[in-house]
Amino acid sequence: MITIKVQDYSGEIKEIQAPTDMNLSLMELLKANEYPVLATCGGMALCATCHVKVEEGFENLSESGDDELDMIDTLPNAEFNSRLACQLRLKDNMDGMLVRLAADEQDV
Amino acid sequence: MIQTDICIIGAGPVGLFSVFEAGLLKLRCHVVDALPQVGGQLSEIYPKKPIYDIPGFPEVKAQELVDNLMEQIKPFNPTFTLGERLDTLEKTATGFQLKTSDGTEIDCKVVVIAGGLGCFEPRKPPIVDIAKFEGKGVHYMVKDPETFRDKNVILAGGGDSALDWTIELSKIAKKITLIHRNETFRGAPDSAEKVFDLAKEGKINLLLKSNLTSVSGNGKLNAVKVQGADKSELELEADYLIPLFGLSPKLGPIADWGLSIHKNQIEVNTTDYSTNIPGIYAIGDINTYPGKLKLILCGFHEGALMAQSAFKHIYPDKHLSFKYTTVNGIESF
Repeated sequence: MITIKVQDYSGEIKEIQAPTDMNLSLMELLKANEYPVLATCGGMALCATCHVKVEEGFENLSESGDDELDMIDTLPNAEFNSRLACQLRLKDNMDGMLVRLAADEQDV
Repeated sequence: MIQTDICIIGAGPVGLFSVFEAGLLKLRCHVVDALPQVGGQLSEIYPKKPIYDIPGFPEVKAQELVDNLMEQIKPFNPTFTLGERLDTLEKTATGFQLKTSDGTEIDCKVVVIAGGLGCFEPRKPPIVDIAKFEGKGVHYMVKDPETFRDKNVILAGGGDSALDWTIELSKIAKKITLIHRNETFRGAPDSAEKVFDLAKEGKINLLLKSNLTSVSGNGKLNAVKVQGADKSELELEADYLIPLFGLSPKLGPIADWGLSIHKNQIEVNTTDYSTNIPGIYAIGDINTYPGKLKLILCGFHEGALMAQSAFKHIYPDKHLSFKYTTVNGIESF
């Protein structure tokens, strides 16, 4: 189990516990915890409705693949720490990470 | 006016296979899709990617699956309207009348929504009041380049379409400015190089590490503000702003048809995948129910159950006996 801090659209930060042995993505974890993540495309890096900004622990993450970078590059509100939660598999090195929900307002 | 038993919205794998399941019950289908070809996201987005979870196919390429489905439904002679988006739905005495963006009318007894992710619509930048200027200087796509001849045009974005239109419009516009958040472009390297060359030659104004912050004008756009990496703000005069931030899937006009919708997906009854409106079904990735899995194979199952229910909806007094294709073969029509 690891702990991930999630900041929602109101600014509130909550800690959630996450298993690392189930091959879950961060998107699946957020949905399971009732965060307003649409995940329209089901995790194929096609819709960016699971866009998050990694405020703490960004440097520990594996690098983005081409599909993810291409999609992030189209987002008007992307920043250097933007990731698609569907492309992040939960791993031990994510313990303590802080992510902020950052999907397009129309998709929330 | 096109007349059919079932109008299927969406020509992805689930929409196509529904033609087969309906055909076994001698129901005719007309299929409509906003994309110019059949196959949905399989053909449009990942035609060459392998799929591993289609029963009986250890591995099949997405386009190959679509081709096979087209072959499989051939005996039932489906008809297609491609490249048109369905806009309106009206209830009639015998079913429904649908109309596309191009004015094509379809009269049917049952509507099956197999719309997958929905329609891909331009992603809009989060700028206050930008909606006020849509069509009044702000365009999310270039329909007719001539609109921009001798005008002062600002483009924003860093993908292929931003690069390509910067190059094309630089030939006819009075002034072109391209605003991009990064220092580099992820679009095709050839196009990126060309854009850098045009900037060096002074033919375009290239603002890198910059973001759009606001738009202004009196009824019509006349200026945009841009913030640079050093947080300095710059106001630029503009006749047109073309934000090109890619496409994002949206439910589109279907959202206004009175269907019960939860988080952008259509709620269905899992007995037969019917919606809250009798005669309208939703199958595949566009529907939602407890335990929903967005899998092609689940969509196929939903299509089979939908067809049985659609038959009973159309012919409430006819008896329907379930038959195996192995026993009865396929009766084409």
